[in-house]
Amino acid sequence: MREHSAVSSDALILLHPDDNVLVTARSLPEGATMTLDGQALVLTGALPVGHKLARRAMAAGDKIVKYGVPIGSLLAPVAPGEWVHMHNMTSDYLASHTRESGRQATQPSQESNS
Amino acid sequence: MSESVAPLQGFVRADGRKGIRNVLVVAYLVECAHHVSRRIAQHFDDLDVHLIGFPGCFPNQYASRMMRALTTHPNVGAVLLVSLGCESMDRDALREHIVASGRPVDLLVIQESGGTATTIAAGIEKVGAMRTELARQTPVSMSLDELVVGTICGGSDGTSGITANPAVGRCFDHLVADGTACVFEETGELIGCENIMAERAVTPELGELIQACVAKAERYYQTMGFGSFAPGNADGGLTTLEEKSMGAYSKSGASPISGLIKPGDIPPGGGLYLLDVVPDGEPRFGFPNIADNAEIVEMIASGCHLTLFTTGRGSVVGSAISPVIKVCANPETYQRLSADMDVNAGKILTGEASLDAVGEEIYRRVKAVAAGERSVSEALGHQEFILTYKSFEPIGPGCLPVRQV
Repeated sequence: MREHSAVSSDALILLHPDDNVLVTARSLPEGATMTLDGQALVLTGALPVGHKLARRAMAAGDKIVKYGVPIGSLLAPVAPGEWVHMHNMTSDYLASHTRESGRQATQPSQESNS
Repeated sequence: MSESVAPLQGFVRADGRKGIRNVLVVAYLVECAHHVSRRIAQHFDDLDVHLIGFPGCFPNQYASRMMRALTTHPNVGAVLLVSLGCESMDRDALREHIVASGRPVDLLVIQESGGTATTIAAGIEKVGAMRTELARQTPVSMSLDELVVGTICGGSDGTSGITANPAVGRCFDHLVADGTACVFEETGELIGCENIMAERAVTPELGELIQACVAKAERYYQTMGFGSFAPGNADGGLTTLEEKSMGAYSKSGASPISGLIKPGDIPPGGGLYLLDVVPDGEPRFGFPNIADNAEIVEMIASGCHLTLFTTGRGSVVGSAISPVIKVCANPETYQRLSADMDVNAGKILTGEASLDAVGEEIYRRVKAVAAGERSVSEALGHQEFILTYKSFEPIGPGCLPVRQV
């Protein structure tokens, strides 16, 4: 399944000019190629519709901006075109939980991150 | 106000409000009366005979207030109350409240009616008689400024905030212009939006109250240990609560915010209202809303005639009392679950329709369902209902500035 299909510009959405992430308008296969601000990029994994890609290189601690407002902070540096999600960013309010974290913590955690 | 809008038809109630349905409600007053009530309601297999109830045996002011508001909702034409006999809910006060609203009401107490089988038989007879009575009622003309519409999102994903939610916001802008009261809610899913939301309040004081209300929600969820964020939200591309909030917030559209209400408060006129669904005081009874239907029930208690439900992952629920219109955000979800959806907002992503066009489509759907057409979940027989323990303090005068004028 290594189709190196070029992603057309309407497959990625910039919701606000201040945003540093783009949103996928449809599911994209691993190996899909795209051009981001003149740079050629290859997707290192498949991405479902509605997910976020870094618009440019960013450092750990940088705010992620979507809809023109901060929606959390990076935990690790990202390269342009890299997937931005639970593995490399976190809320500035309340931490999100996943099915995996639910398996470890059966008791509600009291830790605060604000 | 509204131009060239086809007049709706509504069932007029003694308090002047009008219903877009004439539902007969069977209500259990404790879980111990649930089975008997369910058998009575199911006997009729009727899209307009609904089952609601409160499971708890311990007293709760909020639950009593909600049961009064729900059994006298304008969409409700008649009520059968079913009590076990020893629970705390004040069945006589509830019955008197419904009598005072001019509706046919009856009460069965299982411990005084010979038990399960005889109470079911008696209930079927009473509901049968009330249906005959309701069938004789004729609707009168109704206008959009007599309508109350709520909105909720459930099973949100990364597409919700781009397609379905802003499209509902467009529809809300049309409805507010028509004089409809529009209600958005779940302050726990507006964490991060408090400041931009406050700027839209009609008075600075209301803006401050909105900020305080979101801060309360944040404290409450902090104590619970989880924000309102489900694993499916992450599967769908949402990473943080504030990201989910920004998407959810777009359901409110662009109108000024006219007031801040709590479950059971009825909007005093047309406009956009925020419903505060997070309990007051120290967290006591667990999560503010255990699932989407708990919020839908609270919007109905605040008078909503119908609910616009946006979903990315694909919720299938409807509701007792008020129809639910499903707006699907994700084009891939729509392909899988199209038979459960009223509107495909995913068309915005596939380039088949603009945001404005989908907003118009939702607006037309609201008017059609308000005029009596069944929504998809309603026609499928979805009548979900959840009511749990909560505690609220009454709203202050600054919450409804328009009323003071």
